[in-house]
Amino acid sequence: MEPAAFVKPTIEYAQLWPVFLVFGVACVGVLLEAFLPRGRRAVPQLALAVAGLVAALIGTVVVASRSGVLPGGQARGRITAEGSIAVDGPTLFFWGLILVFALGGALLFAERRLDGGVSAFSGQAAALPGSDAERRTQHLEQTEVFPLLMFAVGGMLLFPASNDLLMMFVALEVLSLPLYLLCGLARRRRLLSQEAAMKYFLLGAFSSAFFLYGVALVYGFSGTMTFAGIDQAVRNDAGNRVLLLLGIGLLSVGLLFKVGAVPFQSWTPDVYQGAPTAVTAFMSAGTKIAAFGAILRLYYVAFGADPSMWQPMLWIVAIASMVVGAVLAVVQTDVKRMLAYSSIAHTGFLLTGVLGAQSLTDLAPGQVTSVQAVLFYLATYGCAMLGAFALVSLVRDASGEASSTARWVGLGRRSPLVAGVFAFFLLSMAGIPLTAGFVGKWAVFTVALSAGAWPVVVVAIGSSIVAVFFYVRQIRLMFFTEPVGEVATVTRPSALTSATIAVGLAGTVVLGLVPGPVLDLAAHAGQFIR
Amino acid sequence: MIHLSEAPIPVVAPGSADGAFALLWLVIALPLAGAAVLLLLGRRADAWGHLLGTATAVGSFVVSLVLFVSLLGRDEGERQVAQHLWQWISVGRLDVGLDLLYDPLSALFLLLITGVGSLIHVYSIGYMSHDPRRRRFFAYLNLFVAAMLVLVLAENYLVLFLGWEGVGLASYLLIGFWQHKHSAAAAAKKAFVINRVGDIGLSLGIALMFVTFGSTSFTVISALASGASQATLTTLGVLLLLGACGKSAQVPLQAWLLDAMEGPTPVSALIHAATMVTAGVYLVCRSNFVFERAPDAQTVVVVVATVTLLWGAAIGCAKDDIKKALAGSTMSQIGYMMLGAGLGVAGYAFAIFHLITHGFFKANMFLGAGSVMHGTDDDVDMRHYGALRGAMPVTFLTFAMGYLAIIGFPGFSGFWSKDKIIETALADSWVVGLCALLGAGVTGFYMTRLMLMTFLGEQRWRPGVHPHESPRVMTGPLVALAALSVLGGVLLAGDWIVDWLAPVVGTAPEEHPPIPALAVTAIAVLVVAAGVALAWRLVGQRPIPDVAPTQVSALTRAARADLYGDAINEALVIGPGRRLVRGVVVADDRAVDGVLTGGPGLVGGIGLLLRRVQNGYVRSYAASVLGGSVVVLVALLVVNLA
Repeated sequence: MEPAAFVKPTIEYAQLWPVFLVFGVACVGVLLEAFLPRGRRAVPQLALAVAGLVAALIGTVVVASRSGVLPGGQARGRITAEGSIAVDGPTLFFWGLILVFALGGALLFAERRLDGGVSAFSGQAAALPGSDAERRTQHLEQTEVFPLLMFAVGGMLLFPASNDLLMMFVALEVLSLPLYLLCGLARRRRLLSQEAAMKYFLLGAFSSAFFLYGVALVYGFSGTMTFAGIDQAVRNDAGNRVLLLLGIGLLSVGLLFKVGAVPFQSWTPDVYQGAPTAVTAFMSAGTKIAAFGAILRLYYVAFGADPSMWQPMLWIVAIASMVVGAVLAVVQTDVKRMLAYSSIAHTGFLLTGVLGAQSLTDLAPGQVTSVQAVLFYLATYGCAMLGAFALVSLVRDASGEASSTARWVGLGRRSPLVAGVFAFFLLSMAGIPLTAGFVGKWAVFTVALSAGAWPVVVVAIGSSIVAVFFYVRQIRLMFFTEPVGEVATVTRPSALTSATIAVGLAGTVVLGLVPGPVLDLAAHAGQFIR
Repeated sequence: MIHLSEAPIPVVAPGSADGAFALLWLVIALPLAGAAVLLLLGRRADAWGHLLGTATAVGSFVVSLVLFVSLLGRDEGERQVAQHLWQWISVGRLDVGLDLLYDPLSALFLLLITGVGSLIHVYSIGYMSHDPRRRRFFAYLNLFVAAMLVLVLAENYLVLFLGWEGVGLASYLLIGFWQHKHSAAAAAKKAFVINRVGDIGLSLGIALMFVTFGSTSFTVISALASGASQATLTTLGVLLLLGACGKSAQVPLQAWLLDAMEGPTPVSALIHAATMVTAGVYLVCRSNFVFERAPDAQTVVVVVATVTLLWGAAIGCAKDDIKKALAGSTMSQIGYMMLGAGLGVAGYAFAIFHLITHGFFKANMFLGAGSVMHGTDDDVDMRHYGALRGAMPVTFLTFAMGYLAIIGFPGFSGFWSKDKIIETALADSWVVGLCALLGAGVTGFYMTRLMLMTFLGEQRWRPGVHPHESPRVMTGPLVALAALSVLGGVLLAGDWIVDWLAPVVGTAPEEHPPIPALAVTAIAVLVVAAGVALAWRLVGQRPIPDVAPTQVSALTRAARADLYGDAINEALVIGPGRRLVRGVVVADDRAVDGVLTGGPGLVGGIGLLLRRVQNGYVRSYAASVLGGSVVVLVALLVVNLA
């Protein structure tokens, strides 16, 4: 038998170069670590990361402006890299969001004024907490965080773009591994940080295994890895249905773990609390956006032919996420944990959007589609979360960040600006009218109602009202309660953190007051392509 | 019972805001700017903050008056004006703008809110003069007025919701204004939580409108509502009613109103008597294009209203706290309004009429109660009053006008408005009508009791209390409101208010009531007289014990405990809710969350960390992931294969 001729794969660099650029910058960052002296790495690393992210952002815009609308007018873009990566409208929107929030993350990583001239990352990650080694390395800087960040960003860019199961798995791992490391690098409260990283890693690996097994089962059902092929197989009902259902379930476990949906939420509070706050800010926004991109693509493209297969399961997960997130947030006494549970509730709201009506035939003319609603919600959510966590890093006492709610009492009197902006982010998360969060919630609720998911919407509105309660309680605590005992103060940040907060604030204000352009942009992104 | 009316249901079709109507935005902007200035300037505005706050409210009233006169000058068909301020959401064919609608209904509300609001601002200058945080109080009052105006000027439900949340926020801030009092903070929280329940209804209703009509604009929905299915409209009606129940303290969401009396008395007068609590009635009347096509929802409105009007009246009979007695009465009177609104086209105009007269006489009486408290060192217990008419003649006389108005003494404003509602209710259903009549009798009883215990009878003043009349700045508004309480009935002269509101709520077909109207009036007056006489016998002719007697009937005990409203909430909602929360927390602690919440993780070395890992916390986390996976898989398999 003739050996099969080797065919050189075609890579569409014109569409993919923003992703390559990010990975390239990450590799250059590693080289900088090797060749620059220790004391001089911080500034070049930051400059490199920022330049890379900005260039990739520009690249995304360029690729988007060149992407052609496909016949039918409901989608744009093309399939690249031998069918494994889809650079379509939603992909480009996700790239834009991820890169903007990564930029904010990079700036937060470089903040050095808050902790007396050193960054929030441990001088030497391997040093045992409380040991001599740790004390000796206290003044050192860990600049590897920037290449790690860039690798994670690269994985995040690939995740929503992946158009076959293998690419999706690779992207999942590429984005996760650097994050596991980053979570364990906190300078203060090392044990908490290392424990968080350990948990995140073990559970992440565990859920990746589920995902991988799901890949195998779906392959067993359809005989192909590509989403287009799986879609065909689902349409033709060409295989063992149990195999398919088990496959969908196991793939869902992997993805729902990443977005922190109930019952896979257990890592979220510990990791959000334990990780350095800059990392939490970055991953609370970035990971969720990337993973929801992957969720949308997997369910809509690969399993979209028969949504009734997976929708009931998502109903349960969405309802459980909203209820558990909102209820447990009420009993938290730590601001970071409160935000973590609120992010679990937001996952539920986003899933409410995912199970909404996606095809134009189910919708009234001019109504938003579920893809549009989820994209918009992610934009509002990312702005508020990034900004809120950045603000958390400013509120400190002698032992570092003071994230216990008791220390926040009366903050509004001492630092009205910081408390006011934080309150504004909370109001947006709560979905008060005229804030970005309100428009986002409104969008996901109406698409879910159009799809007939009214029980989910009833629970969603109920839990968003429970959520109002703890957000408002926090606001009241900051402004209207008399402080007792030791309280935290606000440390003046450098321009880096201020800029990130300003971007989050501006995004939240603009998306709340004039949501039109971004909603239009999301509509412009159109549907996924196969 | 209720029938679908044959008469056409009016469609909202406003013209553009030109001429004087271009000033519409100013009505809201003035108090909003006042609130912003007072809050932002902080202590620097302490010296003159109350004057600015009052000036913006009065300015807003003047603009409202100009607008009202301009509207009077227009033809009946052109009395709807819309002003487009700013495009909020515009995607595809979906438009949500910050639009204002000025029509006969909102015109009346504007006058009520800014007029009574201004008087209460003036009164507060005196009432709050000793409070170090008076400026902040005026800022909140201004904020409330602005939000309330947004609520009644909105052209779509989304903007209405904005105002709805705004008045909720202002109410929360003002109930808890004296935050050093634990009871005030608790009351503010209770009002907040119960109102959230109502908001679930309103939010769901708005979402349903978006999905059904692709819009929340009154213009669009009133035009398209006839095309929607009966089930959708009924659902919509019930959801809107749920929202209205929260805001207007109707059963089953009534429990917050009595506690809300913890706020300063001008707040009780403005927010918890004259304006905000009537927003639910406004919502139902405004949504007439929904309710007229959903008779089942209207029946629910009538039932809720009837229960509430008796419920509130019963509470009003048993309270010794003057403000709480008045609050029970407010609940009951809003029940009357809601009843009118639930009766459909025949009742909308009378609901609004009663709302306005109630705004006058109840604000008058609350401010009167505030004046009494001002003179008695903030005592609210009526058992410590008695014979105050000599010490506070102006307060007594003005309060008496409000008293005569609320019991429906012939000729006073409340007589005309309540009588019309009872009449319409009797024409609709004799059960509901009789309940409304009974309520009128009970009103006569509890208000007479209040009058007797406060102003007449023996002096029961506490030692060291020297009741005195309040300063002019407080009695002035009392006199004005007393005059309005007496004369408010002129709105009905020649059926003016019915014709005025016809473009908004429609015209009722000519009906022939089973009993002549004059007979109904006569019966109502007799029933009220019986109530008054009973109060005279039970309260007026016996000494009033210093402490409330404990050997009382079960009904009295129940009424003293707000008819066990809190206990019912506890048993039906809070208890199960708490158990749910505890369940979730325990499940999370035991199976999922480990114990790591901060503190312990800081001590010890890495060994502790390892031990902890080996101790199985991660294992239990992993077990939860595994359990979750099983749930997901089972859900998928069961749904698809079962």
